[in-house]
Amino acid sequence: MPLTPEDIAHVAMLARLGLSDEERSRYGAQLDAILEHMTRLNDVDTSPVGETAQVGELVNVWREDISQPSLSVERALANAPAREADFFRVGAIQE
Amino acid sequence: MSFTGGTVAASAAALREGGVSPQELLAEARAQFERVDAEVGAVLTQTWELAERQAADAQRRLREDPGAASPLCGIPVALKDVLCLEGVACTAGSRILEGFHPPYTGTAVQRLLDAGAVVIGKTNCDEFAMGSSTENSAYRPVRNPWDRSRVPGGSSGGSAAAVAAGMVPYSLGTDTGGSIRQPAALCGVVGFKPTYGRVSRYGLIAFASSLDQIGPFAHTVEDCALVYSAIAGHDPRDSTSSPTAVEDPMETLRGGIAGMRLGVPHEYFGEGLEPGVRRAVEEALRVLEGMGATLDEVSLPSTGAALSTYYIIAPAECSSNLARYDGIRFGMRKEHDALLQMYLDTRGCGFGAEVKRRIMLGTYALSSGYYDAYYRKAQKVRTVIAEEFAAAFERVDALVCATSPTVAFPLAAREDPLSMYLCDVLTLPVNLAGLPGVSLPCGMADGLPVGLQVIAPRFQDARALRVAHAYEQATGWHRARSPLVEATA
Amino acid sequence: MSSTATHGTDTLRVGDREYQAVIGLEVHAQLLTRSKMFCGCSAAYVGAPPNSNTCPVCLGLPGTLPVINRQAVEYTVRTAVALNCEIPEFTKFDRKNYFYPDLPKGYQISQYDLPLSRRGWLQFHVDGEQRRCGITRVHLEEDTGTMYHAGDVLQSATSSLVDCNRCGVPLMEIVGEPDLRTPEEAREYLIWLRRVLMYIGVNDGNLEQGSFRCDANVSIRPRGSDQLGVKVEIKNMNSFRAVHHALGYEIERQRQVLEQGGALPQETRGWVETQQATVSQRSKEYAHDYRYFPEPDLPPLQLEAALVERIRGELPELPDARAARLRRQHGLGDYDAGLLTATREEADTYESVVATGVGAKLAANWMLGDVARLANEHRLPLQQSGLGVAGLAALLRLLEAGTISGSVAKELLAELYRDGGDPAALVEQRGLGQVSDAGALSSLIDEAIAQGSKAVADFRAGKEAALQSLVGYVMKQTRGRADAQLVNRLLRERLGG
Ligand SMILES: [Mg+2]
Ligand SMILES: [Zn+2]
Repeated sequence: MPLTPEDIAHVAMLARLGLSDEERSRYGAQLDAILEHMTRLNDVDTSPVGETAQVGELVNVWREDISQPSLSVERALANAPAREADFFRVGAIQE
Repeated sequence: MSFTGGTVAASAAALREGGVSPQELLAEARAQFERVDAEVGAVLTQTWELAERQAADAQRRLREDPGAASPLCGIPVALKDVLCLEGVACTAGSRILEGFHPPYTGTAVQRLLDAGAVVIGKTNCDEFAMGSSTENSAYRPVRNPWDRSRVPGGSSGGSAAAVAAGMVPYSLGTDTGGSIRQPAALCGVVGFKPTYGRVSRYGLIAFASSLDQIGPFAHTVEDCALVYSAIAGHDPRDSTSSPTAVEDPMETLRGGIAGMRLGVPHEYFGEGLEPGVRRAVEEALRVLEGMGATLDEVSLPSTGAALSTYYIIAPAECSSNLARYDGIRFGMRKEHDALLQMYLDTRGCGFGAEVKRRIMLGTYALSSGYYDAYYRKAQKVRTVIAEEFAAAFERVDALVCATSPTVAFPLAAREDPLSMYLCDVLTLPVNLAGLPGVSLPCGMADGLPVGLQVIAPRFQDARALRVAHAYEQATGWHRARSPLVEATA
Repeated sequence: MSSTATHGTDTLRVGDREYQAVIGLEVHAQLLTRSKMFCGCSAAYVGAPPNSNTCPVCLGLPGTLPVINRQAVEYTVRTAVALNCEIPEFTKFDRKNYFYPDLPKGYQISQYDLPLSRRGWLQFHVDGEQRRCGITRVHLEEDTGTMYHAGDVLQSATSSLVDCNRCGVPLMEIVGEPDLRTPEEAREYLIWLRRVLMYIGVNDGNLEQGSFRCDANVSIRPRGSDQLGVKVEIKNMNSFRAVHHALGYEIERQRQVLEQGGALPQETRGWVETQQATVSQRSKEYAHDYRYFPEPDLPPLQLEAALVERIRGELPELPDARAARLRRQHGLGDYDAGLLTATREEADTYESVVATGVGAKLAANWMLGDVARLANEHRLPLQQSGLGVAGLAALLRLLEAGTISGSVAKELLAELYRDGGDPAALVEQRGLGQVSDAGALSSLIDEAIAQGSKAVADFRAGKEAALQSLVGYVMKQTRGRADAQLVNRLLRERLGG
């Protein structure tokens, strides 16, 4: 089932990607083709198996509750594109 | 004597015998870089000042206790620009990370620094390691040192090309679906992707967390083994890193392959294989047989679904991993008074086409209503693929096949995303199962290098390297150098 | 708008039909670990300068990875056990994906389909009656950062500021079943839940600072129906009072909408303290789709039975059980037992005072009376006061033994609470011992009769109460040291009463 323009717009909004009209239609067509290819997943009988989210067989990997020094404020903010006092600054949230 | 195009092992020996100093090695690396990189475009950020300090440091260490110094001490290296090194710009090949200077150093890089490595710079790559040609770098494409009209492969194209062009004897790359092995094949060098969990991912800018792994490029399998020994091992900062002890690959490297059972996966010799590649790989199989290994045809029946599996799982993880590029704490930002628009503009302009495509694909595959059909299904197929490998490894010790179905192709030859994705059909199943894989030169086709892939069971990294080393020593393809190096020598 | 409709009964009237509110509460409680959930930064972020409590991991910098804090897992298990939950052997973390400036990675590491625990319950009391509310699940996640908005009203703000100090603090989400029917029940459920969390030492219960936060889902439906109405989510309630008022307001609002034939949309509303009203927050049209998937950076947890049993074994006596034991063991009333077990410290204090031999009732009266008042006045719990728990026990023993009078005890309590000191030594040194020798009091009794002729006459005329002013005179002259009962008896003898 091909993706509708609404699907593409919805996915782009979920991912917070601002796309041009041209990009939207291009990605729409490309995703259709890729998803078409994905139907090969159905060639594999997966009824007897579980899901693999990670290949390691590790469990219970944790650390002890020890507190370590933090970064200095200057280092924490050094990469900020916009800063106000010792905060990261962002635009207004208008939902 | 010139060390340009030489091996880590040769430099390490010369450093100890007093035939060369770290500063001299660095000067040679720099001279070669200045001579060829304008043509190749392998390096995004140069770190000569840092390298000078490290070389001086290494010099001191080698003088004080040459026996204790690591084989990597004083030897130049280039790092794929997805690996964080404190204070040095890190872009991941993306505009969205412009200006980002990580305040920390990742574990694998730190282990190289601890070994006395001399870092000359950060190498060009496909944006966020997504691609198979390094044409997706937001900065410039990398060109193949064997033929500058062709791609070096990707995504670690810069790291592969830097070694192939003789700028450094080794480099680090990352491999999520073939991003070390495929460019190694296309550039005529050795590339090694260790078992998932062997090398810490801490400090590696994530593309797909359950698939990513750091590994080396070098001219020889032995050099790759040396680098692997230095960077592998448990790291408490990466919860997916294995706590089991690392086998020293040097101990078994020269053990040969007589009596070994090598599997030839039937599905990996399908119609997509270029005739030249097929010829070279089949010849390699005969060589291996001649060395006393038994060849067994094995079947990995779900191989045909691996590409689909990979292109669901990797984009799904990437759609989440790349959510942090929001223009707030680091990186580029397109300023706007309204937050939502800032997000849309920053991410819309900051990411390139392939990254956006994969974020879209991954977001879609995880979104409500599609999760079961795509993501969950892909996870299950992943289980099947891993089980098929495991079953094959009950019969054989390692698998051998081509690394890439093709030799290096011309720039801009693959506009269609699916055709580009097909570059990785022979490498990405290995990532899905978390196996170790080596690619090493096994001949030429149309004047371009062909890569042989050796795949071993999980944690049998040393075995993969041993098979590769045996083949390399028997054939000497690893001694071939790109024209950019030969012109120097 | 009044909320009288919900007082006393859970019946609402919409026209001539009976309705009922259905309330479910979701609590987010920060864990009292030393470090954050997935990095080594301190979990005690309150009061730290902005962005001074961060590291590459909790800032979500590229290349960083989370590592689970074992203590946070154990605290969550402890909570799950205290809330009678089932703890499955296998649990994992998932990513909850959404964009917000206080969420550095663009996803929250949380738990989705395999939470650390499920299906428990909490017992609590409403007006002395015992109730039980189901617990759907208790899971572990990470807290977000803090946003500051320029200007009071979000809409008019031109920019906002982000502080990442709180990012990654371990957070438990405790989802309650929609078993609650009135704002009173909801409030008591929260009070008891908070009490349990504080008892077991996993949370500090601070609603104002937000270490214990509550959201509510409210709907109303015809009485007897077992279908849920359209859920309205209420946020931003920062005190038990706010929860009570907000729910009362919201139930009545929904009732009125239905009465006027309106429809209730599913929405999120915020409680606005200054307006004492819930206000629709956002009806963002692009619906939430969190795209949960297993966190690939964290291996799952396989909690062995032995671990769970060890934690169960370490669990302290919970408030409800403790109150019941105090009633049984010391004959305390419901109300007193409830107050004395409100915090673990209070209950420990009470029991250690009683353990020194002080009468249970006497200890209860003093602790809930004068000691509570002083603690409040000084904003200092008894344990940290100059008096201390041992001092209080010593003082009450002097009182019980008749060494000092009640009024001397009261006076000393206030002084020692503030300044500290040894009660027995002070009584000795100041000669505050109770005067309970008839001989020593005899001349004072004479004096009292001589100076109080009116009272004497009244008493003789049958006015019992008049005697008190004579007793008072003696007490005053002895600065409270006289044994009041003895003085009373001596006066009666002398006056022939
Ligand atoms: Mg939550
Ligand atoms: Zn941190």
